[in-house]
This record gives sequence, C-alpha cells and structure tokens, in this order.
Amino acid sequence: MHIMEGFLPVKHAIGWSVASAPFVAYGLHTINKRIREKPEQRMLLGVAAAFTFVLSALKMPSVTGSCSHPTGTGLGAILFGPTAMAPIGMVVLLFQAILLAHGGLTTLGANIFSMAIVGPFAAAAIYHLAKTVKLPFGLSIFLAASLADLLTYVTTSAQLAFAFPDPAGGFAASFAKFATVFAVTQIPLAVSEGLLTVVVFNALARFNPQELKEMNVVTAQEVQA
Amino acid sequence: MKRYQNLLLMIVVIVLVAIPLWMVQKPAPGPDGKEVEIFRGADDQAKDIIGKLAPGYQPWFNPLMEPPSGEIGSLLFALQAALGAGFIGYYLGMSVTRAKMRRELDREAQC
Repeated sequence: MHIMEGFLPVKHAIGWSVASAPFVAYGLHTINKRIREKPEQRMLLGVAAAFTFVLSALKMPSVTGSCSHPTGTGLGAILFGPTAMAPIGMVVLLFQAILLAHGGLTTLGANIFSMAIVGPFAAAAIYHLAKTVKLPFGLSIFLAASLADLLTYVTTSAQLAFAFPDPAGGFAASFAKFATVFAVTQIPLAVSEGLLTVVVFNALARFNPQELKEMNVVTAQEVQA
Repeated sequence: MKRYQNLLLMIVVIVLVAIPLWMVQKPAPGPDGKEVEIFRGADDQAKDIIGKLAPGYQPWFNPLMEPPSGEIGSLLFALQAALGAGFIGYYLGMSVTRAKMRRELDREAQC
C-alpha cells in the first residue's frame, strides 16, 4: 500500500500532506492528554504501536501471486480511538521510508491518509456499529480490523487512480487496475489481520479485563463471559 | 472451545498464508526466455501500472537511503517485526503474571 518515493505528482503529494497534517497534530494532542490523565495506559499504547510495527513488516503471499502486508492499525483504533493512530502510523511509515526505501517522504502524506487515517476511522466506526447491533465481541473485532485493512488498500488504489487517470477510461478504469493489484491481493491478508487482532484481544480480555473496561472497549458482562 | 480459540485462529492464519504458496504455480518462461517472477510486491506492480498509464512519468524525488542489498532490506524488516513482537510478548507476559498474583492475593485474603 506504500506509494513509492516520487511516484505522486507534486500537487498530489502536497495535497495529501496538507490533508493528513491536522489528523497527526490532533492525534498527538489526544495521546498526550490521555497519557497525562491515565499514565497506566502507556504500556497498552505501546502494544498498539508494536502491533502495527509487526504486521506492517510481514509481507505475506496472496492467491493473486503477489505479496503485500497487513497494516495492524485496527487494534489501536479500537483501543484508543482512531485519532491516536495517525501519529503512530506516521512513525511506522517514517521508519520504512527512511531506512527501507519502502514508501517515501514525498508520499508520506498520502500513505498516512490511507493507512493511519482511513483505516483506523473505518475500524472504530465498524466496531461501534457491530456493537450497536449486538454482534459477538470476537466477530465485531474481526470485522473492524479486516475491513479497515481492506479499505486502506482501496484508498491507496483511489489515490493512485486520482493521480494517474486512464487516458481512455479516466478515473474509473484506472481505479479498477490499481484495485486489482492492491485490493484483491489484500483480501486473504485482511482476513489474517482480522484473525490476529482477535487473538490479541482474546488475550487482553483474559489478562487485562480491567483496562478494557476502563477504555469502554467491552462491557462488564462481556468480560465475565 | 473458548480455550482453544486462539490456537485455532493461529492455525487458520498459517493455512491462509500457505494456500497461495501451494496454489500459485510458476508460469513457464515467456517467448523471450525470461523467467516469470511470482510473489512480487504489490507496490512494484503498481509502479508498472503507472508506467503503462503515464509512460512519460518520471519520479521527481529519490529515496534518501536505500538498503544496499535485499539481504540488508530483510534484516531491517526482521528488526522491525522483532521490536514489535518483543514488546507485545513482554506486555502479555507481564499481564499473565500480574493476573496470577492478583488471584493468589484474593485467595489469601479469603483464608
């Protein structure tokens, strides 16, 4: 999902950076506020960041015959709310852009937008929706994390199609091409990410029920169940 | 069921990763005799599509630093995963011990 260094026209690169900047700034503000009020949650915030580190380093094969990687942003978005993930995602993307030439500084804004903004917001929204219609805890987590992963890649496809419309078919034809590469490849990986996020939440629900209750992730009955 | 759920989920993930490796066959070399690469990065393939849609497009900025070889690249990716997994393992280990000590305290209080 990383758009490579220099592969977005200057105007697009600047546009996406301007669009992402306020989310990162507001995210830093919410993280600082939370750590000041509840310093004991610092470790769990580290877990959310660590999960994104692990998952975005795992390049997994897909049935389309190409490789891609999950994003791991769903976990943190469900625990801390979507805004907290923008700065965390930026740290991961910076690490990969500077040290690995994976992604880039000029495309950082666009990559933050898809991975650290659209994904987390989708995860949080889907989780709340699933809870409102009273789906089981595990299923809600699975849907939130896997759809957030998939939507991140749909966003990347749209960003590239917007920058490079097809000479004949325009945005739609170009989007179809990029989505075949990104979104279709991503389907089995999104399922894997959903399952791994459930594994971590199962462990947290068992050993850290108090924290989850305080963060309004689960209700008291769900912990006992 | 609940007890083995995590183990089952992990197995499903492993199967999901293994299926493509087993299913996708390497196509025969093309007429030019070049080997067809499989399991390339999706990011690379997107670059090819850009090349087709906008043949004249030149990247206007180059990475400041590139891993000198694929090996160094995988070293850094492994490092990234190890840092993350290490922290998660530390936190879960700590949580397990804490939950156990809490249970023991409760038991002592009841005696």
